[in-house]
This record gives sequence, C-alpha cells and structure tokens, in this order.
Amino acid sequence: MAPSLDEPAPIDMDAPLKAAPKLVAPEPGIHSPPTRILSVLEPPNRHDISEHCPGPESQLAGKGDACAGCPNQSICASAPKGPDPDLPLITARLSSITHKVLVLSGKGGVGKSTFTTMLAYAFAANPGSQVGIMDTDICGPSIPKMMGVEAETIHISSSGWSPVWVTDNLSVMSVQFMLPHRDDAVIWRGAKKNGLIKQFLKDVEWGDLDFLLVDTPPGTSDEHLSVNSFLKESGVDGALLITTPQEVSLLDVRKEIDFCRKAGIRILGLVENMSGFVCPNCKNESQIFAPSTGGAKQLAADTHIPFLGAVPLDPRIGMACDYGESFFDAYPDSPACGALRNVVRRLAEGIGLNPDEVISQNIDEEMTSGKQL
Amino acid sequence: MSLDNVGQIVLVLSGKGGVGKSSITTQLALSLSLLNQKTGILDIDLTGPSIPHLFSLSSAKVTQAPGGWLPVPIHAANENEGIAELNCMSLGFLLRERGDAVVWRGPKKTAMVRQFLNDVAWGSLDYLLVDTPPGTSDEHIALAETLLRSARAGQLAGAVVVTTPQAVATADVRKELNFCKKTGIPVLGVVENMSGFVCPHCSECTYIFSSGGGKAMAEEFGVRFLGTVPVDPQFVALVEEGRRPVYPVGTRVAGREVGGVEAPEGGLLVEKYRDCSLCPIFEGIAREVIGIRTSAGNGKV
Repeated sequence: MAPSLDEPAPIDMDAPLKAAPKLVAPEPGIHSPPTRILSVLEPPNRHDISEHCPGPESQLAGKGDACAGCPNQSICASAPKGPDPDLPLITARLSSITHKVLVLSGKGGVGKSTFTTMLAYAFAANPGSQVGIMDTDICGPSIPKMMGVEAETIHISSSGWSPVWVTDNLSVMSVQFMLPHRDDAVIWRGAKKNGLIKQFLKDVEWGDLDFLLVDTPPGTSDEHLSVNSFLKESGVDGALLITTPQEVSLLDVRKEIDFCRKAGIRILGLVENMSGFVCPNCKNESQIFAPSTGGAKQLAADTHIPFLGAVPLDPRIGMACDYGESFFDAYPDSPACGALRNVVRRLAEGIGLNPDEVISQNIDEEMTSGKQL
Repeated sequence: MSLDNVGQIVLVLSGKGGVGKSSITTQLALSLSLLNQKTGILDIDLTGPSIPHLFSLSSAKVTQAPGGWLPVPIHAANENEGIAELNCMSLGFLLRERGDAVVWRGPKKTAMVRQFLNDVAWGSLDYLLVDTPPGTSDEHIALAETLLRSARAGQLAGAVVVTTPQAVATADVRKELNFCKKTGIPVLGVVENMSGFVCPHCSECTYIFSSGGGKAMAEEFGVRFLGTVPVDPQFVALVEEGRRPVYPVGTRVAGREVGGVEAPEGGLLVEKYRDCSLCPIFEGIAREVIGIRTSAGNGKV
C-alpha cells in the first residue's frame, strides 16, 4: 500500500471569481495506521489563527493574549505542554544515520537540488557508503526528476515507509512519490508541510546510512524551522550553503547565514554554483551571473565561513538532470566534476572524515585503485 | 481597500525559484511605464525580497501616512517622454539591516501579505504587478484568497507564469499552472526566461538550460505563450552596477539594431533600460498583456 495524497475535490472552473475557492488540501498520510495521526494539534482552520499565535508547543498555548477568540484555544489549552512527544521517536529512527547534512540557500534556482543529487552520487561512488536524500521541498520537489525516479511510489511496511532506491546504495524520499498525478500542485499552508516533514523523519525506514542529505526549499520559513527543531536532538553535522555569483542571490544567502546563526546550525561551507561559463564554440569564459560584489568567495570571507569551491556552469549538468541521469558518472573528467570532487573532499574534512576514504582526488586514482564507478 | 483605484492586477508566478520572476517583474514594470502606464510593484517574497536590490533601493524605507503605507518611488512621471510613474513596495524596505533574515511561519506571512494588499496607499494605478516567492504555499494562498474575495470583477487581470526551458523547472511550473486552475486565477501567458545565452566573444548562442520547454508547456496547457527571453549579461550589469548597456556593432535583437550606440552617462534606470537588448522583447510582452486585457474584457482568456 502506497501513501498518497487524496484526489482533490473537483473545482468548478466556471464559478465566478468572487467565490473564494476551497484551498484546504487533504491531510497527508491518511492511510497510515491510526497511531500515526499527523498531529492532534493540527487545527481545522489554520487561517483563523492569530499571527501572534505562540504555537501549540509553547507554555502559553491557549492562554496567551493572542489566543482569545482562536477556534483552537481549548484544544491548545488542554493539550500536554512541553517538548514534542514525537522527538524521541525521530531521534530513535535517525540513530542509525551517521552524518546528516542540510543543503540550504535563501535563493531559489541556484542549484540546491542539482548539487544535492551530484553530492549524493559523489558519496555513493564509494560502494561502501550508504547515502539517502530527503527532499523537504514540498511545493516544488525536484529530486525525483533529477534522479530519474519521478514515477515511483512509496511502499509501507510494518516498520515504516520504504524510500525509493535509485542505486544499490542511494535512496530518496520526496512528496512527489505521493502525488496521484505528476503535475498536481501541493497547495498547503506551513503547518501541513511541517506535518509531512515530521512524518518523513519519523516514519521513513532509512536503514543504516552513512550520509543523509536534506534538500530544502528556498527561504527561511516553516520547512527550515521544522527540520531544524526536529533534528536538533538527533544532531546535524551542519549546513552546506549554495549560491550563484551575482549579488541578487548573495543577498538572500546572507539572510540564510543569519538564519543559521540564529538557529544554531553549524555552517559547513559555501559553494558557488554556475560560476563562469565556457563557450563551447570559442572556449572563452564569460560571467553569465557576474560577481559584481566579489561573489561567494568574498561573502565567505566577510562572514567567516569556509569557502568550499566554485562549480562552473556546464549545459550538460542541466541536461543530465532533465533526463534523470548522473552527470557525475557520465562526465567524470569534466571541469565541473573536478570542481565537485574538491568540494566533496573539503566537505568530508568539514564533518571530520578522511577525504581519501570518501572520494579519491581524481578519476585516474579511482581507476588505478580498482574501485568501481 | 487600498486596491480600489488600481486598474489591473497582474501576478508574476512560478513554481520554481530563481527562474527570474523578479527580473521579469522589473522589466515588465519598466516596459509598462515606458508605454505610459502608471505602474506599481508589490513584492510579496517575504523571506527573499529581490525587488529593492533590482532597483538599487536597498536603503529606502517605507513612510507611514494617513492613507496607509506610502510606496517607495522608483521614478516620477515624465510627460515629455511619455514615461509614467513607477512605485514599489517590498518587505525589504521594512528591515533594519538588509542581511536580516525574516524567519516567519505561515500565519505571520499570511498576515503580512494581507497587510500589503490592504494598507499600501498606491493612489490610482493603471497596473499593479505582484512579484511572488516560489511555490504554492502560504503567501500564494493568502494572495489568492484576498484577491478573489475582494477584487472587483475583472480587476485581477491574471498571472504571467515564468519558467526556464529545462524540464526540471517546467516540472515545478506545471504545478503552478494547476494552482492557477484550481484557484481560478486566469493565466495571461507563459514567459520562457534564460532561453539561450549569446557568447559576447563569438556571438554563438548556447542553450545553457536547453530551449523550447516553456513553449511546449504552454501548448500542452492551452495557455498563451508570451515569448522567450535570452540571458543578457548587460541587463545584469545594468541592475547591479547601473551601467548603461552597450553592445558590439552588428548585434540585432528582434530585428532591431542595438549595437554600437554610444550612450551618455547617467540617467534613470528606465532611460538606460531603453538601450537594453531585452527592452523590445518586453515591450512586446507588455503590449500583449495590455492587449489581452482590452480584447478580453471579462477577466477570462
């Protein structure tokens, strides 16, 4: 039995514009056992809630000034206080995962998901490593398409939800696997997205993993707060920040750095993606996204975080993602792959591993050492 | 509410981040202004506002007046040149430091979007462009609910949906088109951004993010295709450094010679933008957006 999001109610397209449509999506995980009800605190009408809502986990829940008149006041006031009772379950579930790395960026479209997939393939190039990717971008999941597993569904067993396996040592979990149709929009408010992320952490049976990469949506909002609060107890190695070289992107990444510092997430380093483009015709390099303020390197120096490297723009990367193939394995001797290897090695150092055990310096060494690609 | 004197509201949407929603909004606003349409830009990307930076207004602040929050002026009207006034409003103007993170959960974002829609003293506008964050979540739901409930019939012109050509981007943008369908927001059309990059050294065009994906998607969904926009590093230089675009002699865009023009220094962004190779493309898109409205009339296309 696969968990799926319910078929949405038919929408009357000819209804007059003034009639506000119903935008409340079905509850996720309705097929899971009753003991796994998403959250008893999930209120029925989220939009009636005060913007100053202290949150159901607060000591003031149901008692604060902002709670007066809230339809959920009595639920919040009578619910048990204190830390989320699911936290120990999440911690227990994730105890068999050695390293957890978040991939963050304030800006969208800078290559978080692309980089996450390439990073996963790079880690998985070592057949001894088990790698998992969790896609927390609920409204715009890209990982399944980039991995070529868009049409898969999740299976449920007594021990939890099975992730989708891309290769022998690489597994993926995403909301895309639960959609009845590929193009369905997931029109959810924040609270509902948090519920699904919690289920991903609590119910997915990852098994023994060496690396869990958590891909995130752009911004600094519900998903980020939730991932951080749910993972706090089980421990996160840190966050990898991705940016493109131009200032309009760095601007948002600065906000993300501020977020990480406020939330107490260790920053493993900053990677500059789409850095320079070499024309395939004349071999001259041009800056498509010009680093007018010094690019990621300058930002890393200004904010005292490690700069892990710059990955050049290569049209074949986008192509590989569209076809769901591994750029890392298809073009191992391209400049972008070389840059990626160096980023992975520095990242490995950052989480206290020997880079040579994670990935070898270049492709020749890998060939001579007889490792399989 | 404060949108009473706004003629038409155009949303700029995309399921995917970083495809150029804000830069498309910027250029569409400049083009509408050049067509003598008084325009306002509302940026509801709360956690990553880009509009202040694109107009070099990072240090501007919002003023409170009896009628509500006053939008930040980008340029005043110039009747001799036929350029109309352009104003904007963004959360970026409310931040103390531009690097400050806005870490808000849904209900707070919803409240802010409502406040932006209700409390900004736009005055009378021909067009209000709404720049949105990626996704289909709190901000979008709040925007759709508020507009569908309180906008006049036909006031919400519809949405310009932005994508880049590669399949990974269109996969998310398809979700946004379904969002529009579900919520009953008319789709004015699809713009395919970052479609091709012309090498400044050898004029060879490379499709960095492939090409044609936006057009194919528009056809599949039966919505209008508004055009393709290439990557132009001169536009980036214009918004980042305020440098007037200059092209090598012989550069032609949309059949118009744009190269070799020696332009004077200084001037407003909108005047410099006239020299950008993307300007004629956006003039076409802006005319089409205006045209759709005048020909359709009833709010549905």
